[in-house]
Formats: sequence, C-alpha cells, structure tokens
Amino acid sequence: MPIEIRTASTASEAAGLLAGDRQARLLSGGTLLMRDLNEGRLTDGVLVRLTDPAYRQIGVSGSRVELGAGVTMAMILKRRELACLHGAARAIGGPAVRNMATVGGNLFAETPYGDFTVALLALDAQVMVLQGYGAPRAVGLEEFLAGRGRASSGLVTAVQVTLPQNPLDLRFRKVSRVRPKGIAVLSIAALLPTSGGRVTGARVAYGAMAPTPIRAKAVERALDGKALDAATIAAVRAVATEGTRPATDAVASDWYRREVLPVHLARLLSGQE
Amino acid sequence: MAKVPVQFRLNGSDRAAFVAPADNLLTLLRRGLNEFGPKYGCGQGTCGTCTVLIDGELQLSCLTLAATCEGRHVETVSGMANGPTLHPIQQAFMEHFAAQCGFCTPGMLTAARALLEANPTPSREEVIDGISGNICRCTGYEAIIEAILAAARSGQVRRA
Ligand SMILES: Cc1cc2nc3c(=O)[nH]c(=O)nc-3n(C[C@H](O)[C@H](O)[C@H](O)COP(=O)(O)OP(=O)(O)OC[C@H]3O[C@@H](n4cnc5c(N)ncnc54)[C@H](O)[C@@H]3O)c2cc1C
Ligand code: FES
Ligand code: FES
Repeated sequence: MPIEIRTASTASEAAGLLAGDRQARLLSGGTLLMRDLNEGRLTDGVLVRLTDPAYRQIGVSGSRVELGAGVTMAMILKRRELACLHGAARAIGGPAVRNMATVGGNLFAETPYGDFTVALLALDAQVMVLQGYGAPRAVGLEEFLAGRGRASSGLVTAVQVTLPQNPLDLRFRKVSRVRPKGIAVLSIAALLPTSGGRVTGARVAYGAMAPTPIRAKAVERALDGKALDAATIAAVRAVATEGTRPATDAVASDWYRREVLPVHLARLLSGQE
Repeated sequence: MAKVPVQFRLNGSDRAAFVAPADNLLTLLRRGLNEFGPKYGCGQGTCGTCTVLIDGELQLSCLTLAATCEGRHVETVSGMANGPTLHPIQQAFMEHFAAQCGFCTPGMLTAARALLEANPTPSREEVIDGISGNICRCTGYEAIIEAILAAARSGQVRRA
C-alpha cells in the first residue's frame, strides 16, 4: 500500500486512526517525517493530519501552561509568558524550521535532536496521551520517554508544565559546533529554585547524553539543599556523567560528549557564558 | 498510485495540479508547475535553498507535503521582482555581490524578505539568525549579510 493521507478534524478521530493501524503516523510539523518520505525510508502507510485548532493552541492560566502538541517553536517565541522556554525553542534549527517544528514532534525526535524536550523534562512536564477513543491520560514525560519507540505511543494531544515563579530559575544551554544553528553535541536544562540562598527541588536534564533526554539525578542530589558555590559545583562536576550513555555520531564521539559535559554543566551553574 | 488534486495560490495566481500523496511542495513546484525559483539542494531541510513563504510564513518546501497546501498562498523568489524592477533586496544582493554561483540565492532572498517584512531594522545578529537556516558554499556569508543590512537601510522593504 503506498502513502495515503487522512485528515482528522478532532483529536479522537486522529487517535482512532492511529490506534486502528499500527503503520499509521501522525504528520505534525513534518520536519522529521518528510525526510523519511523524501529519502524513501517511508514508502507505505497512512499519514494522519490533525486540523483541530486546539492541537495548535497555547493555554496559559497563571503558572500552568498547556502547549498543544502542534504548537511550533516560533509560536512559543512569540509569547512573553513563556520566556523561560525561549532559549530551548530558539535552539532548534533556523527560522523556517522553527516555523514548522512542533512540541509534539520534538518528543519523538531521536538523539541528538530533542532539545526542547530537555527543557520540558527539567520542568517535569506531563504528556497528554490519547490512546484510541476517550479522554487523554497524563503521563509523566520521563515515563513517556522511557516507553517511546515501543509499539504505538498513541496521539500526544498536548504537554502541560508549571512555569517557575522566577523565569531565570530555568537555565538552558545547547552546545553545538556550528553557530548560530547546529546539531547538539549535548544540551542541558536545569531548574534551580532557591530559597534562603539554597537550591531546593533541583531538576536537571540532558539531551544527546542517552538514547532519549534523561534526568541527571546524581546532579540533582548534589545540588539539593546546597548554595550554588564553588564547592557545590565541584561536587556536581564529579557526578555529572553518572547514568549517561551518549552515542558516537557525526557530531561528536561518546568520549567527547562525556568529557565536555561536566565543563558545560559547571559553566551553566556558575552563570558563565 | 492514486493522485490527489490540490488547488492553491502561487505568487498571486490560482493554480491547480494533481500530486502523489507523498510528493513534497518542492517537487510539485518544480516538476508539476515549472516553477524553478526554489532549488533542490538536500531534501532534508538542511540547506534552505527550497525556502518559500506559505501564507506569509517562512517554510521549507522540501519538508512540506504538497497536498497540505490546499487553499494556501505559496510565494517563491519568482514573485519578488515586479516585472523588470527588482525587489529592493534583490537590488541590494546585486550591488553587494551577494551571489556567486547563485544556488543558495532563492532561499537567501526569501529568508531575507521574511526577516525584513517582520523586522525592517534588524541588527547584524538578527540578520545572521534570519539566514541561519540557509547554507551558502561560495560567498562566506559576509556579502549576503551586508546586502540584507543595506536593503534594510534603504527603507524600501515594507512591513508585511
Ligand atoms: C534543518 C533541521 C534542523 C533541526 N534542528 C533541530 C535542533 O536543533 N534540535 C532539535 O531538537 N530538533 C531539530 N530538528 C528536528 C525537528 O525539526 C524537531 O525535533 C521538531 O520538533 C520535530 O517536530 P515535527 O513537528 O516536525 O515532527 P514530525 O516530523 O511531524 O514528527 C516526528 C515523529 O513524531 C511523531 N509525532 C509527531 N507529533 C506527534 C503527536 N502529537 N502524537 C503522536 N506522534 C507524533 C510523528 O508521527 C513522527 O514519527 C531539526 C530539523 C531540521 C530539518
Ligand atoms: S532542499 Fe529543502 S532545505 Fe535543502
Ligand atoms: S552563491 Fe553559491 S551557494 Fe551561495
């Protein structure tokens, strides 16, 4: 069966199409899927388009934010309330790619892509997943990423996050060899809320350091309850690579990624450029 | 393979064609409609020479499914000049030697147009970001950046 395009006007219709056919794939921004088509890696099956305006909506109520999975990086960059996510959104491709690349697609992007997802992971995002008909179910992003790639992850309708009270509490850095736009050697997002001069409830996430974005739990433990001083940063450096499994690809070797990660993490934490 | 019909506007004129469901917009433009302004460089979104505007927004035609352009307005580099009168950005590219082989030029001009129509007085950094999705193998970019800044200074590019 060659490629067939089906247009769904509601999320449940799209989820139904995906559930009824294991080969069916959702076409979101298409920046990854179209490559597969152009290069002949994808020759058969149904492509599902979702035209429901809710799929591309941004809902902000106080610090609670719901990003429709079809929201693009450019749409995020236009919203001031989402300033803490701007660094991660701007890190993706050039302006044309940012007009096309969606939040939902980024959750599925294979390493070393997935820079936006790294920021979402530091924010403890919930992924709203619709399997077949019914109502979407909230799945923690960490769990979602762990199950990614296994048979049919359903339709992602949206992602929910709570923004930090101080937008500067979320720090993001993407390291690439080509500027201003280049594929990640690695990326790091760190949520560092402080109270009384001490970090409380740190969440740190890495991109391109494992098959999916991962949390740096040893780093979080080394930060919690501590002041962000030289001693803490030294302790963080010592455990920075714990749990990482980076790949060797055209951008960097696994060895190089592990070598430079502690350096960039220390710079991010100490506020150095 | 069953073809699907698609109707859209191309540089202000109504067009209709039949496309294979897997065809991208670049293939439709070049093979289906003899619109050779956008070039095929990579088919992967990396080079930017296929860049077009869709409903006024910068997009990559090689990564756009042709069938999804139904009812939309696609603008290519070919729509920039007004008869024999070059667009101010094209004029600036000529005056600043911003094209050598010219293969990147359709994408560069389109990206520059989108940038200046949204932001008529960009900084140098903003110009660099504006063309960061477009690869040029010849000029070393300096001449292109200069041309775009000169077009901005000319004040002739109107906000869209
Ligand atoms: C030139 C270029 C540069 C790039 N640079 C970067 C970069 O720097 N960083 C980065 O992270 N990425 C980068 N990317 C990759 C890509 O653009 C982004 O990861 C983007 O966010 C993917 O989203 P999309 O909407 O285009 O995905 P699509 O191509 O539409 O989809 C990708 C996959 O996810 C599935 N999918 C998408 N949405 C859903 C959903 N809602 N529910 C279920 N399944 C879904 C699709 O079926 C498909 O299998 C780049 C791409 C290009 C072409
Ligand atoms: S041909 Fe589309 S970006 Fe290269
Ligand atoms: S002028 Fe040759 S690629 Fe730019």
